[in-house]
Amino acid sequence: MRERKSILQNLDWTTILLYFLLVIIGWINIHAAVYSEAHSSLFDFSHNSGKQLIWIGTSILIAAVILIIDAKFFSAFAYPIYILIIMLLMGVLIGGKEIAGSKSWFQIGSFSLQPAEFAKFATALALARFLSKIDINFRDWSTRILAAFIIFIPAGLILLQHDTGSALVFSALVLVLFREGLSGKLLWLGLFVAFLFIIALLFNKFIIIGVLAAIAVLAIVLNKYFRKRWLIITGIFLLASGYVYSVDYAFENILEDHQRKRINVLLGIETDIHGAGYNVHQSKIAIGSGGITGKGFLNGTQTKFNFVPEQSTDFIFCTIGEEWGFIGSLVLILLFIGLLTRIVFIAERQRSKFSRIYGYGVASIIFFHFAVNIGMTIGLFPVIGIPLPFISYGGSSLWGFTILLFIFLKQDSVRLELL
Amino acid sequence: MAVFFILILYHSLPLFRCNIGMKRNFGDRQYIIIIIFALTGLIFLVRLFWLQVIDDRYILSAESNVLQKNIIYPNRGLIYDRNGILMVYDEAAYDLMVVPGQVKEIDTAAFCSLLNITDSVFRVKMNKARKYSWYKPSLFLAQIGKEEFGFIEEKMYKYPGFFVQSRSLRKYPLPVAAHTLGYIGEVNNSDIEKDNYYRSGDYIGKSGLEKFYEKQLRGRKGLEVVMVDVHNREQGSYRGGRYDSVPVPGKSLYLSIDATLQAYGELLMQNKIGSIVAIEPKTGEVLCFVTSPTYDPNLLVGRIRGSNYKSLTEDSLKPLLNRAIMGNYPPGSTFKMVNALVGLQEGVLHEYTSYSCYGPASSPIRCTHDHISPLELQEAIEQSCNPYFWNVYRSMISNPTYGSTKEAYKVWRNHVMSLGFGAKFSTDIPFELSGNIPSAEYYDKVYYEGHWNALTIRSLAIGQGEILVTPLQLANLAVVIANKGYYYPPHLVESLGTKNNYIEAYNTRINSTIDSSHFNVVQEAMLEVFEGDHGTARWSKLPGVKICGKTGTVQNPHGEDHSMFIAFAPKENPKIAMSVIVENSGYGSTWAAPIASLMIEKYLNDTISRPMIENRILNGNLITKE
Repeated sequence: MRERKSILQNLDWTTILLYFLLVIIGWINIHAAVYSEAHSSLFDFSHNSGKQLIWIGTSILIAAVILIIDAKFFSAFAYPIYILIIMLLMGVLIGGKEIAGSKSWFQIGSFSLQPAEFAKFATALALARFLSKIDINFRDWSTRILAAFIIFIPAGLILLQHDTGSALVFSALVLVLFREGLSGKLLWLGLFVAFLFIIALLFNKFIIIGVLAAIAVLAIVLNKYFRKRWLIITGIFLLASGYVYSVDYAFENILEDHQRKRINVLLGIETDIHGAGYNVHQSKIAIGSGGITGKGFLNGTQTKFNFVPEQSTDFIFCTIGEEWGFIGSLVLILLFIGLLTRIVFIAERQRSKFSRIYGYGVASIIFFHFAVNIGMTIGLFPVIGIPLPFISYGGSSLWGFTILLFIFLKQDSVRLELL
Repeated sequence: MAVFFILILYHSLPLFRCNIGMKRNFGDRQYIIIIIFALTGLIFLVRLFWLQVIDDRYILSAESNVLQKNIIYPNRGLIYDRNGILMVYDEAAYDLMVVPGQVKEIDTAAFCSLLNITDSVFRVKMNKARKYSWYKPSLFLAQIGKEEFGFIEEKMYKYPGFFVQSRSLRKYPLPVAAHTLGYIGEVNNSDIEKDNYYRSGDYIGKSGLEKFYEKQLRGRKGLEVVMVDVHNREQGSYRGGRYDSVPVPGKSLYLSIDATLQAYGELLMQNKIGSIVAIEPKTGEVLCFVTSPTYDPNLLVGRIRGSNYKSLTEDSLKPLLNRAIMGNYPPGSTFKMVNALVGLQEGVLHEYTSYSCYGPASSPIRCTHDHISPLELQEAIEQSCNPYFWNVYRSMISNPTYGSTKEAYKVWRNHVMSLGFGAKFSTDIPFELSGNIPSAEYYDKVYYEGHWNALTIRSLAIGQGEILVTPLQLANLAVVIANKGYYYPPHLVESLGTKNNYIEAYNTRINSTIDSSHFNVVQEAMLEVFEGDHGTARWSKLPGVKICGKTGTVQNPHGEDHSMFIAFAPKENPKIAMSVIVENSGYGSTWAAPIASLMIEKYLNDTISRPMIENRILNGNLITKE
């Protein structure tokens, strides 16, 4: 009794409040997205809004269980949980059900489960466990490689399920590594590679290589530091040129057709508003037609009449943008930024290194989902089908994020007892 | 990009800082991460502000996505005859529409055979629809009739993406009066430019009454603004129907045409070229408007219209030509009454004025009729004596009291035109021609001023020469004589909307310049044409009814003479006045007079008591097709 009371006292209620606000916003907007005169009840269990209520209820139950379990369980069992999830990910490749081109679902009766959603918190746990070792040092190659393995194994398995979006989520964990001491240069490099990729698609390869050469020559001529390292600069230049040269090949042969089209649409190379660009075009219309104050609850027409596809899952933000306008969008974005900042703040107050690292894992995963999901609905990012945390319809997703967040809140509630 | 930017900032300050401290805590990196989060949020907000507040294109796009304006077509006005017999109504027809985005794999061959179109037509139509829109309906096949639709409807479930929109087709229960009624057709670009009421694909009256009364007949289209979902399925009305409007049906037309008489006239005129125009003298209402050869108005309706129209235009007998108004004929002997009336009015002629006739030896105009000589006016009309009317004409045109030939001619012309010649009546009869009563200036131009006289223009004395009249004008002459001096402008529509809503403009009596007293002798003479022992139409007289008439045989330089006749009956309180023209049929008494007589009997008695005459007319075939 005494211990239970202390859990409730020590819980971070700000985060829980933000969590509930987001979940309820999600539920209401799922209702609006699937609303029709014939199905007007929020509690109609044959509809996504009613079903989401079940997922919310069960999520609260799961959260409660997590809060009751001993906090040490998660650090102690981080690896077993990770291995179990890896096995599930393998299992789904063999015995899974294919939905919309992705073989990533287990079908149990009428109920389908997506192990990828649970791989996120498991990986965050394993990574936290690994990086919380006392003598960890990012200058060691063994540390870098092992950390990379922990991240890439589940990501690779998910990629094999053709669920590119979920696989990409794991790249967000780089932020965790960065916080724990990974050289910023690697992030730099990653961004440079991405930048070159986009530039290479948009402009003539020879012009880019020419510009790169000019920069390299200028750097060597003008800067003493670079002049000493001219060999490295030349090497980087040659690698970059080769990369730029091979982007087209990679783009045409490695990416799948629909991915290629989505990137083309984003970059404005293709403007096929009936084909590949349809989703984003309609999504922008829905959000853009919301104006400042929106069309009002249940008055959205673009999402309700199915002009926007996937309107209760990946494109749920369209409903919010259309019915609640700029004000609603502003509130939602502030809630997310508030939640993310709060998580970082809580992570930094942990005495336990494990808890802190895990906290950053939580923040980076939620951030990635938030950035990519909203980014794609407003045409700033290629269409990648990943849900908006706590908002999008879907049991696996809501459960996954709830577990992810509440394990962290449990760790935080006992932060004074952990070292 | 934001992340990129931050990293540049971060690294540019303590360049390669990681090299320095081996055991850093890296706690300061939390701020970088928070800045990354916050900047992402900020970029999203800027983007959203742009999309939602500044750029208003998306609001319009959203409306065009969702709002569908359905035009509700009103029923076109009905057309009744003078006795309330329905002549034109709307029959449901169906346009087959297609939404290309919804068309699934279908059995194209079966579909084409169902619609009776070829595979290539199918492909052309589909491509056209796809080009217009994947998500909005396009017209696939227009105007499918009721029976054809029955077959198609049964199988529609097999062809998702296709649906049927109801329209209407004009239907003519009595296949008569095609030219008078006219036809409707799809609007062309200039129609749309002239009147923005029309949209592509709408119908408009193209000829006849359909054209003249287009604004009254069409009614007003209704509009229904509905919301549709992505599959173009209706989701209810927009804002509670605030922008909807109810269609207003077109007004009905009540014609002055007697459909029964019209049908009988067309029957009599079968296998003949010409026209019959009958008018009620007391009102100017046109009772029948027969032109021959004619066609079944149902032929110019719906999908069959195109091919039928083409074959009608290619017919050498020109069935599309409305001879009753567009035929320009010299009036021939029927014009003798006009010269008589003008002479009487001007005092150059009296009832008992007598002239001699030397038959074929007469000069300058020969007489073709065998009769006593000298003779007085009544006999001259009855016997259609050419020399008599040459004398009448000369006594007027060459009369020195007018000062000059030209002045005399001007007076003469003024009288003639007051009888309804040389100008259009400008009522609701479309495509009317004005005929021609040449002006004095015209003769000045042809013969030079002062170089022409009565002799120069002597043909006018007997209705030949430059003078041209339409059958409608001739019928109107019969009206003026029947009324003893006045007429109402001939018109086709009695009332609009309801039976008694008469059109005021047509109820204005127009007086000729001839005093009513001068008509008695003319009427008596015309009665003798039927009743007299030597009357030219005595074989066509109708026992019990006093018919007044006048034959005319119009010289035709291109072939056999035209047979012409004007008549009215009964003499006292006349009910019907008419003109009959049968082209290339010789003497007026042979064909035109019996036809007029039968028409009068049909109209006045509603039965035909002279089957022998009727049979002769019905069996008469005067058409020799080249």
